[in-house]
Amino acid sequence: MAYNHKKELSKPERFVGGHRLCAGCGAGLVCRGMLRALDEGDKAVVCNATSCLEVSSFLYPYTAWEDSYIHSAFENAAATCGGVEAAYNVLKRKGKLDDTYKFLAIGGDGGTYDIGFQSLSGAMERGHDMVYFCYDNEAYMNTGIQRSSSTPRFASATTTPAGSVSVGKKQNKKDLTEIMAAHNIPYVAQTTFLGNFKDFHEKAHRAIYTEGPAFVNVMSPCPRGWQYSTELLPEICRMAVETCVWPLYEVIEGRWHLNYMPKKKLPVTEFMKLQGRFKHCFKPGNEWTLEAAQQYVDEQWEKLLHRCEQN
Amino acid sequence: MSIRERLSGNEAIAYAMRQINPDVFAAFPITPSTEIPQYFAQYVANGQVDTEYVTVESEHSSMSTCIGAEAAGVRAVTATSSCGLAFMYELLYVAASARLPVTLACVNRALTGPININNDHSDSMGARDAGWIQLYAENNQEAYDNYLQAMRIAETPDVRLPIMVCQDGFITSHAVENILLEEDDAVKAFVGEYHPEHALIGRETPLAVGPYDVSPYYMEHKVQQAEAMKNAKRAILDVAADFEKTFGRKYGFFEEYRMEDAEVAIVLIGSTAGTAKACIDQLRAAGRKVGLIKLRVFRPFPGEELAEALSHVKAAAIMDKSESFSACGGPLYAETCAACYALDSRPVLIDVVYGLGGRDVATEDIARVYDHLFLMAENGGQGPKYIHMGQRSSEQEVL
Repeated sequence: MAYNHKKELSKPERFVGGHRLCAGCGAGLVCRGMLRALDEGDKAVVCNATSCLEVSSFLYPYTAWEDSYIHSAFENAAATCGGVEAAYNVLKRKGKLDDTYKFLAIGGDGGTYDIGFQSLSGAMERGHDMVYFCYDNEAYMNTGIQRSSSTPRFASATTTPAGSVSVGKKQNKKDLTEIMAAHNIPYVAQTTFLGNFKDFHEKAHRAIYTEGPAFVNVMSPCPRGWQYSTELLPEICRMAVETCVWPLYEVIEGRWHLNYMPKKKLPVTEFMKLQGRFKHCFKPGNEWTLEAAQQYVDEQWEKLLHRCEQN
Repeated sequence: MSIRERLSGNEAIAYAMRQINPDVFAAFPITPSTEIPQYFAQYVANGQVDTEYVTVESEHSSMSTCIGAEAAGVRAVTATSSCGLAFMYELLYVAASARLPVTLACVNRALTGPININNDHSDSMGARDAGWIQLYAENNQEAYDNYLQAMRIAETPDVRLPIMVCQDGFITSHAVENILLEEDDAVKAFVGEYHPEHALIGRETPLAVGPYDVSPYYMEHKVQQAEAMKNAKRAILDVAADFEKTFGRKYGFFEEYRMEDAEVAIVLIGSTAGTAKACIDQLRAAGRKVGLIKLRVFRPFPGEELAEALSHVKAAAIMDKSESFSACGGPLYAETCAACYALDSRPVLIDVVYGLGGRDVATEDIARVYDHLFLMAENGGQGPKYIHMGQRSSEQEVL
């Protein structure tokens, strides 16, 4: 059925107001969006890694989650989710449960790319019927904007600050979506918040209703870490896609599909200039950083196009 | 009718698990507990259990899986040893604070540094303050019997704490002994079904587990955990009483062996009790009044009861099979000293650290401990009180 934004937004919220996430934060959009993608009547258990999201959405005695929810630790959302799914399977097998439940793990890039990577990789390999959503805001925001393996090169973070002899983080961003695709799981996708959320919604729905493990990587800007005015969130997401910094694609049963081809690929500076974390790159003498950033994006984009063409 | 069999300690635990038919088993191998998930895997392969057998990529994930499953409202079990338990450390606290009665079969082994695969108690002793109930076994029979009692204790409504069923790596886990097994139906009837009040799935009301708990609430939750551990003392005795009524074997917080008129005593945990009993029988035959207290329950610590049991002896050696590097003795010694402080007249208490990394202990070694205790009882407690048994390089070797 065709996506109807108005209809989707008229569904009852399953991640409700009163949480303490910042204005202009992407994490809340991921939560609302992924829960909207559940079919009516289907229940869910959300397994959350320690993160801004966790400490903002479930402060005892209040919770913003209408569905069952478990937080255990920073690095084990996927393994915890696998345990819940295992319990569901045994209850179903024994005929003790009628309802349909879906299992949604969610973590930031710290809990997903880094400290939770082993747990994620293990759960995906074992084939639990679950979706892992990463809200990727490209640094450890909960502890105060320290670099992660997802932080892009040249971004200033509190453990890779720009300074008189530093131009921010030295290493390129880890390509986790590609690594998850290499697990040969049924569904992997990369998305962000664009326009009417069609891309996000359709991927979340497909991920949830694909049998077996699925991974959805969502670029989720952070106003504090990326240093932008809250109203710029949609523009930054749009620029991430139009510059090919964050291409929209999915890998369905091993086949790579590009979901959006920019009419005119914009220079990476259009994405970078909106954010304070790249401010130093625009200073005289640092032009080379912009060139290097562009070159990296071009290489990655070519690689992705080649993969998608091979289908 | 009980069934006479010959099983290793690992086989006995796996057998008990099959009889109980837990909902989820999170499995990761580590010597010497590896055989437990292996035996269980065969039960799964043969269709003898309904269990979801989750072969995780680490012990960290096995405890995480158990936490998720138990929160979802089912029985979750795992088995581990040594570094595996250490790797779970963070999640042990999570399971306890979320009040999830996970059952963990711990086959005790030394912690790495240097690596050593043999028995001591440093793994579970390192986790002694994680909020888990801890039961220890002298032999395969006790390991089996403790496992049959574990879930009933842990799942008691005013307890709801995770439980560790410990036995000595290789010494009991791999040694085949005679054992009395109970029939499947009798075990199932004794253990019963698990119906938690709240769960993530299958309930009218959704559940949220694992909040960010700020200062105005955190301490109340810790106090509830502390109260639950106090309640566990009663639950352990209740379940033991029903176990005795059902299967005829008696259990308590500890076993007293020839303590009635003992002048000196040893307190220890686990398989060395068998060696100590053999030594005691020899010494008693020679007219020496020696006794043993073998602790079965370390958490909750039965402090009052233990102090009472020691109150009439002149001197006691608390034998620790782990080092806590406190510079003044191991964990069992520290707890026992604290418990005995309340006595009007206290025995001389010394700590004998022994058996680290699987170092063998013979009846002669135990006899030397008693000799030393008689000496100290006579001289009013003079001499070293924190001793490492059988040191090849110690210049001031006492034992």
